Amino acid sequence: MATVSMTVNGKAVSGTIEPRTLLVQFLRENLRLTGTHVGCDTSQCGACVVHVDGKAVKSCTTLAMSCDGASVTTIEGLAQGGVLHPMQEAFREHHGLQCGYCTPGMIMSAIDIVNRKGKKLDEHTIREELEGNICRCTGYHNIVKAVEAGAAAMK
Amino acid sequence: MSTVPTTGIGAPVRRKEDHRFITGKGNYTDDINRAGQTHAFFVRSPHAHATIKKIDTKEASKMPGVVGILTGADLAADKVGGLICGWMIHSKDGSPMKAGAHPALADGKVRYVGDHVAVVIAETYAEAKDAAEKVVVDYGVLPAVVELASCTVKGVTTIHDVAADNVVYDWHLGDKAATEAAFKKAKHITKIDLVNNRLVPNAMEPRAAIGDYDSGEDAFTLYTTSQNPHVARLILSAFIGIAPEHKLRVIAPDVGGGFGSKIYVYAEETVCVWAAKKVGRPVKWVADRTEEFLAVAHGRDHMTHAEMALDADGKILAVRVKTRANLGAYLSTFASAVPTYLYAPLLSGQYNVPAIYAEVEAVYTNTAPVDAYRGAGRPEATFVVERLVEVAARQLGEDPAKFRLKNFINKWPHQTPVIMMYDAGDYAGSMKQAMKLADVAGFGKRKRDSAKQGKLRGLGYSAYIEACGIAPSAAVGSLGAGVGLWESAEVRVNPIGTVEVLTGSHSHGQGHETTFAQLVAGRLGIPIDQVAIVHGDTDKVQMGMGTYGSRSGAVGMSAIVKALDKVEAKAKKVAALCMEAAEADIDFKDGRFSVRGTDKSMAFGEVSLQAYVAHKFTGEQLEPGLKEGAFYDPTNFTFPAGVHICEVEIDPETGITKVVNWTAVDDFGTVINPMIVEGQVHGGIAQGIGQALHEGTIYDKNGQLLTASFMDYGMPRADDLPNYTLGFNSTAAPSNPLGIKGCGEAGAIAAPPAVINAITDALGHEEIAMPATPQAVWLAAQKTLKKMAAE
Repeated sequence: MATVSMTVNGKAVSGTIEPRTLLVQFLRENLRLTGTHVGCDTSQCGACVVHVDGKAVKSCTTLAMSCDGASVTTIEGLAQGGVLHPMQEAFREHHGLQCGYCTPGMIMSAIDIVNRKGKKLDEHTIREELEGNICRCTGYHNIVKAVEAGAAAMK
Repeated sequence: MSTVPTTGIGAPVRRKEDHRFITGKGNYTDDINRAGQTHAFFVRSPHAHATIKKIDTKEASKMPGVVGILTGADLAADKVGGLICGWMIHSKDGSPMKAGAHPALADGKVRYVGDHVAVVIAETYAEAKDAAEKVVVDYGVLPAVVELASCTVKGVTTIHDVAADNVVYDWHLGDKAATEAAFKKAKHITKIDLVNNRLVPNAMEPRAAIGDYDSGEDAFTLYTTSQNPHVARLILSAFIGIAPEHKLRVIAPDVGGGFGSKIYVYAEETVCVWAAKKVGRPVKWVADRTEEFLAVAHGRDHMTHAEMALDADGKILAVRVKTRANLGAYLSTFASAVPTYLYAPLLSGQYNVPAIYAEVEAVYTNTAPVDAYRGAGRPEATFVVERLVEVAARQLGEDPAKFRLKNFINKWPHQTPVIMMYDAGDYAGSMKQAMKLADVAGFGKRKRDSAKQGKLRGLGYSAYIEACGIAPSAAVGSLGAGVGLWESAEVRVNPIGTVEVLTGSHSHGQGHETTFAQLVAGRLGIPIDQVAIVHGDTDKVQMGMGTYGSRSGAVGMSAIVKALDKVEAKAKKVAALCMEAAEADIDFKDGRFSVRGTDKSMAFGEVSLQAYVAHKFTGEQLEPGLKEGAFYDPTNFTFPAGVHICEVEIDPETGITKVVNWTAVDDFGTVINPMIVEGQVHGGIAQGIGQALHEGTIYDKNGQLLTASFMDYGMPRADDLPNYTLGFNSTAAPSNPLGIKGCGEAGAIAAPPAVINAITDALGHEEIAMPATPQAVWLAAQKTLKKMAAE
């Protein structure tokens, strides 16, 4: 067993874990932050995307130990003071989700796209950048619209 | 004036359920943890077909954290019944289908890679998985039967003793003599051979279950990823024998997509709930993605020869179809119905077809069980009909759209030769609207522009029809269903006028919490946030049949309408007594009860309060309270139909097919929430394009699944898909009070032939199968290029 410490959604947390524990397991099982999901185990679907030190990572293929000292943001940490993040709001407004399972990862990836590519995103860029996030419900049509609108609304 | 916001039927209300999903507060089965919980990992067969000589668990049981290891012998000792198939199909000769035993843990034999051999239960998931590695199974490997084409040949290995030739049933539908006679007088016969490729549903949430046992109450609780928790409870109680219904609670919380695959009762949840009592602690199991690929029920997998007879005017005379359907290693819960009654009755499509004869041979193979996947039988039928029609038009040198228009049904009701009575529609109207939206008139120019860049452009139609709103209970009973397919609802009005609606439907992405609330809020004239929809828990909702077959609107909401009728009738009695008026003089409009011809009125909330305080009437006059329930049994199937037009551009250098335009005009009857309906269509089309271009499930000759992860199986991604142009051409369904036809499966049904018709149009020949991957299209395009060079 080993000890790991990190900041998650602005709060200092630590835990005693098996060294093989994945970041997603630490978040879901130790911290009970169950908004981050596992959809595939092979880094393909992106349901597990969180931000580590401001960058999107797939938490299903990241060891928790490798995030020792890092600052992690999950879907639960996006809304501030009860106010939704513009990307969360855009997913609701544009019906960018159905079953909701891929949604946390989609939103975290979408914000990362804006952080890297800016607020003005065209459809082609959004579709290419979402390559690592799979949705089985929406056919992506409304997700693309939501990301475009959410990006434009981000400060 | 009403102050009620515009949230009623027809409004694109933003979804009530979204807040929890976008903030990470959804409550899926894997998010639930029970005190003292253990974790299960299944030992699965690495062989497609083998006897089990011995299972040695000695070393495994000494591994850290192991709580228990259970096998088929333990199940048998506890007299736990096997999994069932709930739809009886009879062969042509009248004999019942040959259902092989399906124990939740293998009983001496395994029949597909991933079949369940034992379960290891441990303190943590990792410990269970580690210990499972140490379970030693001595297999006697048998030849695997994998190929659909050869699985019934003489001398082939038998998978189930009850079906020596691996044939589950040899079934037929239609009038053989009339069909043969029509073919004899045909001027032209179109013949095609098709493979409907095997698909893996791949809901993004893998299946999961938690079994819990309360020894004090001698009662079980099962949390499970189910589309129909009540049906699961019924099967687990009445057939598998876990516990009687009042001692078994099944909860299906937020479910992350289903597409059919979560209808069925599987081995894993059966074992979890049973094992919870065996080990005296809750048992949790969560599938990883590869387990899902191996053991979830797959979809499609047909081989078909189809023929269409035509007269001298290009009018359809008859259709005959011979299909072999792969049902996998065991019969899943509804497997037998899919290639029979969900398939052949749709072989008339949208067309006047005087005679139809279909033969379906369903077979066992050493592959995962196959059952209903989005559309279920209807995509397979549509693929047959729309490929036949397209090829026939091309062979006759007719424009495919005009050929369809000429043969469309244009009077309703229309009795087809294969059971169905189409009750309402406007097929030609949808075709014309779609052609306009798709700018078919401008296609020639676009094709020439593509050609200038060395690209092949094609346009493909699909005029689909489906039978939804399943279904009238007596009708499906006569066809072999083991259950009735009504739906239930209970409307509970609280004293202050808020409303809880308990429904037997289950939402796993469809947005029932919003659409059902729209119906109730509109009807009662109350704000939509005063309505809560309750589903997915057998302790809350008494009984229900669940969600599949695009039935929740047509059947589930109709049950709510019936209950609302009763609520309104009772509330009128309350209002009449309170306002000292005759019941017949009470009007209800925009949330107010008023006495006709007076200025006396009461708001809905005032009446509900009076119903509960019961001060203004006596018990002899009226029962207090305001709560009503209803069961609704539909009078007919509903028949959503429409026309989808796909335009593709193929790069013959790379074989990459780009879907450049997609147009859909659908008739879903009444649309409750157009935003949600459009979302359903988008998702369905994406799955249909996935089937046509990307998704194929490949077993090797030994029965090893080669496509068992998202690295190997072609899930459609954002950059594989186009935007969609949608239109509605609604005609109300006469068979239910709301006029709803259903929209959940349409896209998946319509899309595959639209794509293949577009690709074959671009190629100028018919030699392409699904999935039309770049490699397959490149090969097919070489033939096109040669032909073009020769010209």
